[in-house]
Amino acid sequence: MDLMLQSVGHSYNGQTVLEDISLDIPSGQIVCLIGPSGCGKSTLLRLIGGLEQPGAGRVLASAPPADSLNPLTYIFQDFALLPWRTVAGNVALVLEDHALSASERAAIVQDVLARTKLSEFAQALPKQLSGGMKQRVAIARALAVRPAALLLDEPLSALDSQTRELLLDDLVDLWTRQPFTGVYVTHNLYEATRLGARIVVLSRRPGRIRDIVDIDRPLAERAIGDPALEAIQKRLWGAMRDEALAADRELADGR
Amino acid sequence: MADDLNAVPFRGGGFRPERRRGVGWLVFVVLLGLWELLTATGVISNLTLPRLSDVAMTYVYLWESGLLFKHVIPSLQRFAVGSLMGLTAGVAVGFAIGLFSLARAGLVPLVAALFPIPKIALLPLFVIWFGIDEGSKYALIAFGVFTPTVVATYGGVDNVDRGLIRMGQSFGLSWMSIVRKIVLPGALPALLSGLRVSLAIAIILLVAAEMLGAQHGIGAYILEAGSLYDLERLFAGVIMLSALGVAVSWGIGQLERRLLAWRS
Ligand SMILES: Nc1ncnc2c1ncn2[C@@H]1O[C@H](COP(=O)(O)OP(=O)(O)OP(=O)(O)O)[C@@H](O)[C@H]1O
Ligand SMILES: [Mg+2]
Repeated sequence: MDLMLQSVGHSYNGQTVLEDISLDIPSGQIVCLIGPSGCGKSTLLRLIGGLEQPGAGRVLASAPPADSLNPLTYIFQDFALLPWRTVAGNVALVLEDHALSASERAAIVQDVLARTKLSEFAQALPKQLSGGMKQRVAIARALAVRPAALLLDEPLSALDSQTRELLLDDLVDLWTRQPFTGVYVTHNLYEATRLGARIVVLSRRPGRIRDIVDIDRPLAERAIGDPALEAIQKRLWGAMRDEALAADRELADGR
Repeated sequence: MADDLNAVPFRGGGFRPERRRGVGWLVFVVLLGLWELLTATGVISNLTLPRLSDVAMTYVYLWESGLLFKHVIPSLQRFAVGSLMGLTAGVAVGFAIGLFSLARAGLVPLVAALFPIPKIALLPLFVIWFGIDEGSKYALIAFGVFTPTVVATYGGVDNVDRGLIRMGQSFGLSWMSIVRKIVLPGALPALLSGLRVSLAIAIILLVAAEMLGAQHGIGAYILEAGSLYDLERLFAGVIMLSALGVAVSWGIGQLERRLLAWRS
């Protein structure tokens, strides 16, 4: 599904958070959003997925494929799993409101759990799982509704760096097997260069687009310590450093 | 260097409730044993405190004469019916306040106004409205249970993780599904701990109502014994209330263990 932002802006209580964001998110590509803390990345993601209405501009989406149950699907930083449901129950939750037979539902749950290597944990409760496993459940849940675009808000930030690396590989695998449209918000330049076909750098609040970097190298060929990727990370950091420094010294309410 | 090494003293631990089986029973047994010992040996005169074994004899009498059920059954019925009415209404109103801004704006001040009223003061009013029989007692208990239940329920709904609700919305769940599958289970811990408070209040009001106008019931039994300074029977009645309190608390504990097993 193609997504298009047309000079989108937003403000909270008179304070401008986002200004004049125009962006194309082509089908089958992952666009990474990076920017200093508080610049409005999460807000932008909520606008894209329709959880919030833009104060200015428009968010447009092409028609999703007919079989998609929930075209714009989120994966959250804090996993957002229901602690009282098992792994399978958490996945089933998002299917229960759709007209599916019990066997179709069970088949979908089984399929996505297999794809995220969670089959043997189907009956476990979230409290029994590690952070990485919980995020895998959230990914499985997102896949279950056959999304046309995935919206990921710092999905790996709550995880330790080894787990992060493993999940990054899993995301690359998932994408390689079946390329999906994605908007991936992160603070981590390395994650951005591993996943992004395009990296969008936002300025500090009010967030505007400061830089856009395209990376041509196929995802499957990117790896830790790739000099070309590191050069890009350096360039991104150069663009962000002063902004991040200034944002860090700002008061939260901007007064 | 190496010869002046000492073990680092342990400073952690504590501040963490652990499950200790049987301690509750032990406290009861020790207290009751002490009671019997001190009254039997005369250290405490029987005019001050009746002997435990005499209280036990009272129970034997109550059992054999059938009076036990004559008093306990109506009390249990009032407790159950009144609490159930109050809980149902309280949970419904609490959910309305938690879910709808209009209900919140309109009802929170009202609940705040009703909460501090000593409900027992309203018994005469309820007698006029609902009659001297069971109706006024049900109403009193229900009303007493209602306000704390409302407060616990909407507090619980307010405390449901907004992130989970956002998640539900982002997956396109219907409003009803979000309430049933996310808000309700999320509010359950607060609901159950509110239940403890509400049911304790229900027991207190049950006795008060029975003291002010009932032929049978634990409250009436205690009142009658008290006016005759019959300490054995007074204690027998009070022990029934304690037993009811312990049973209710145990029941809620069981509910919590079953329904809230998902909590870490
Ligand atoms: N619901 C809200 N009401 C009022 N202000 C908000 C709300 N959500 C976000 N803000 C403010 O908008 C600004 C941008 O927030 P946002 O969460 O989008 O930033 P972010 O780029 O995701 O930050 P981070 O990198 O820390 O996640 C912040 O200053 C925040 O305080
Ligand atoms: Mg954010």
